[in-house]
Amino acid sequence: MTNLKYFTNGLLKENPTFVLVLGTCPTLAVTTAAINGIGMGAATTFVLVCSNLLISLLKNLIPNKVRIAAFILIIATFVTIVDLVMKAYTPDLYKALGIFIPLIVVNCIILGRAEAFAQKNSVWRSVLDGLGMGIGFTLAITLLACIREILGNGSIFNIRLLSENAATILVFVLPPGAFVTYGLLIAIVNRLKVKFNI
Amino acid sequence: MAKKLESTLRNMFLSLTLISLVMSAALTFVYLKTKGPIELAARQNEINAIRQVSPDFDSDPLTTPREVDGVTIYTVKKNNETAGFAVKTYSDKGFSGHIELMAGFRTDGTINNITVLQHKETPGLGTKMAEPKFITQFLDKNPGSFKINVKKDGGQVDAITAATISSRAFCDALLRAYNALDAVDSTTNMP
Repeated sequence: MTNLKYFTNGLLKENPTFVLVLGTCPTLAVTTAAINGIGMGAATTFVLVCSNLLISLLKNLIPNKVRIAAFILIIATFVTIVDLVMKAYTPDLYKALGIFIPLIVVNCIILGRAEAFAQKNSVWRSVLDGLGMGIGFTLAITLLACIREILGNGSIFNIRLLSENAATILVFVLPPGAFVTYGLLIAIVNRLKVKFNI
Repeated sequence: MAKKLESTLRNMFLSLTLISLVMSAALTFVYLKTKGPIELAARQNEINAIRQVSPDFDSDPLTTPREVDGVTIYTVKKNNETAGFAVKTYSDKGFSGHIELMAGFRTDGTINNITVLQHKETPGLGTKMAEPKFITQFLDKNPGSFKINVKKDGGQVDAITAATISSRAFCDALLRAYNALDAVDSTTNMP
């Protein structure tokens, strides 16, 4: 039961997207369509869990001064694995996420959790933390992507809600819309956090 | 908690080397495992695109590709007779750079169908070039008589609203395909 809090931590209390504000690059860039949010979230979660697991296992074998290099090495390996596997088995999703898969390497959520959590905690807790953070990230960017896709494109998960010619608020699928939506969501989440004292 | 390794040169060297070795081994394994499926997926992708755009065929189009200036021409055959061509073409004039199209032509040079293979255009604007609404205006047209250029530039193509640059790039790529085909295949009776 005590370990459960390491899992729920990432969902809201320390949500990587809304509270820690880490990994904003993929958050802003891929969230033009809801399906991208889920794909990116799943890939990131996989890498996060695997790297947390391995880093907490190896934490005593990694000298302090080269820890960042070692972490990046481990993370990059898992990202490359995701990259290859996606290319082989889900080519359509791979096409949609394109450049952002290799960029998971530099997603600061992953390095951040390795540095702040996995290297100081037990394997089981690190896995729970990775899973919680990953799911928190997935939920957050999918929410952001849904809002942007509905307002900007009139569709959700590629299902049209409005006719093709309906006037949509185009700015929401463009980069400025990403910042605006993201900012508003952060404000709402923080307001809720204060209100319910989470 | 067990003691952490000291940051001596020897330890750092050994630790990083060891991790690199293990990780490379893991990567090699995954690479070998996925190599086949990746090639298969790419091949399937190509064939699907060709099937989508070119006239009906029963040959394997990937056996006879010809390359001209970065444009790849696949000849498709039915009952051993040339049924048409699928041309993989590109333009670097997109709003966000490189775009790739697969354009299918009949033997007389008429456009059969077009599909967008790859682009990075603005979602909601330039991305509309992949939608039927834009593409249908090219179908059954012959670039010999139909001026592939947006109306703003004196052509006959209706550009996508608020995405003239993307429309121009699309025309550029399509024209490149037609010209390459025209230059290479003298056996066809194009006007």
